[in-house]
Amino acid sequence: MNINSLKYCLRQSVVSLKRNFWLAVVTSCIIAVSLAILGGFLLMAVNAGQLIRNVESNVEIGVFLYADADVSAVQKQINSLEGVNSVTFVSKDEGLVTFSNSLGDPALLAGLKGEDNPLPDAYRVKATDTALVAGLAESIRAMPGVEMADYGEELVGRILKITGWLNTLFVGISVLLALGAVFLIVTTIRLSVMARLEEIGIMKYLGASDWYIRFPFLLEGMAMGWVGTLVSTIALGLAYSKLATSLRQDAFAFFIRPVTSVEQLAPIFVGLLLLGTLMGGIGSLISVRKFLRV
Amino acid sequence: MIEFKDVTKSYPGSDTPALADFSLQMEHGEFIFLVGPSGAGKSTLIKLFFREQLPTEGQILFDGKNIATFEKAALLKHRRQIGMVFQDFRLLKQKTVFENVAFALEVLGKSAKEIQEKVPLALAKVGLADKGSSFPAELSGGEQQRVGVARALVKDPLILIADEPTGNLDRDTSWQLMELFETINQGGTTVIVATHAWDVVDRMQKRVISLEAGHLNRDEKRGSYRDEH
Repeated sequence: MNINSLKYCLRQSVVSLKRNFWLAVVTSCIIAVSLAILGGFLLMAVNAGQLIRNVESNVEIGVFLYADADVSAVQKQINSLEGVNSVTFVSKDEGLVTFSNSLGDPALLAGLKGEDNPLPDAYRVKATDTALVAGLAESIRAMPGVEMADYGEELVGRILKITGWLNTLFVGISVLLALGAVFLIVTTIRLSVMARLEEIGIMKYLGASDWYIRFPFLLEGMAMGWVGTLVSTIALGLAYSKLATSLRQDAFAFFIRPVTSVEQLAPIFVGLLLLGTLMGGIGSLISVRKFLRV
Repeated sequence: MIEFKDVTKSYPGSDTPALADFSLQMEHGEFIFLVGPSGAGKSTLIKLFFREQLPTEGQILFDGKNIATFEKAALLKHRRQIGMVFQDFRLLKQKTVFENVAFALEVLGKSAKEIQEKVPLALAKVGLADKGSSFPAELSGGEQQRVGVARALVKDPLILIADEPTGNLDRDTSWQLMELFETINQGGTTVIVATHAWDVVDRMQKRVISLEAGHLNRDEKRGSYRDEH
């Protein structure tokens, strides 16, 4: 295909898009909506991943001892484990003070001091690497004198479960919407093909190549996909940056630190742009194959 | 040379073939009338030669090459050597006369410069040099058909095929169109005209190939519409 043909194809695509302007707009909008949802899910997944990592990197293993445990022997054993960064002893008295303070009114537990203190002695263990936390907790649990070693598996597990469930939901919705969008593209392109059926018949007799006939439709579909995606990525980008800024300023959401690194976000937005264009291309190819026997 | 060798074409769902055991040779530069009643196989013959369809049996050779074996590029080249003229003109209503003729060059990817040069020449050849900016609806039937001929001619085809070109035209206009075809033929282009216009055929005394029910009925060097023997 030479430059003259390319010019012709571009011109044809523009004419067709103008002719079916509102249908093209609707198609682009559907693509925009479906990709915005997909993009929203991807952004959420990235942030959930970050949140889990944050939680994990801050985890300490709380090691609670039996009342009769040999405190120094346990400490020695913990220190000898590989991957331990720091071990802090929290005596039962210190534990009670911390607990009382966390309840807001130290007087509530005033009667539990000394012999009546129900809390065990404890260690707070930090690992050198979060990946080692689970293994360390396991080893510490097996030590004599240790009643339990806990690092908040439940919280991490719950986050994973919720995000996994949301992921499935969002992927499902995105796929359905994407299919709908592709179907709309097929329909729009079909209208364009129908509008130019006579011309296409003549073109065949004039010796036009198959690609010369198909290409304008392909461009048309890709343009619809691309415009839709552009709208959705811009909207998504603006909404996300606004949300990220407000979350950063919100003192109560200090543990949610939204992902703002370009390296992590760029693939999502570039991927969405490509996907939308691809959807447009696939839709028009289906249509051209189906309605244009060249 | 165009050669049909024992060509049969059957369409699915039809008992009798549209063309049966048909053999024929045509030389470059000939002027040929294809005659016969409707459904005799004239259009099928044209479609087979354009390779819009493939023969059920037999071969069609163009300069010794079996056109059924043409790959995409060779097929395009084959089709681009053929200029087609239709009974219903098949002009694009929303394009001007100039644009309709230019279209034939556009789809071949020709440059704007070449289009600007060749289209006026083609329009002059068919006597419509001053009608370039008119729309088809503003022209008479005969003029519209001339635009169709100019569109077929503008790419300098080896062969011009006209399928019932005078079907929608009155007698005088038909005659003028045939004179135009003869002029084109004198320039070296092979001209094949499928027609019912018996008076024109009789008057022009060209080679006549007569088909009936898919069979070659008659092939005469200087023939007439009906069998006179």
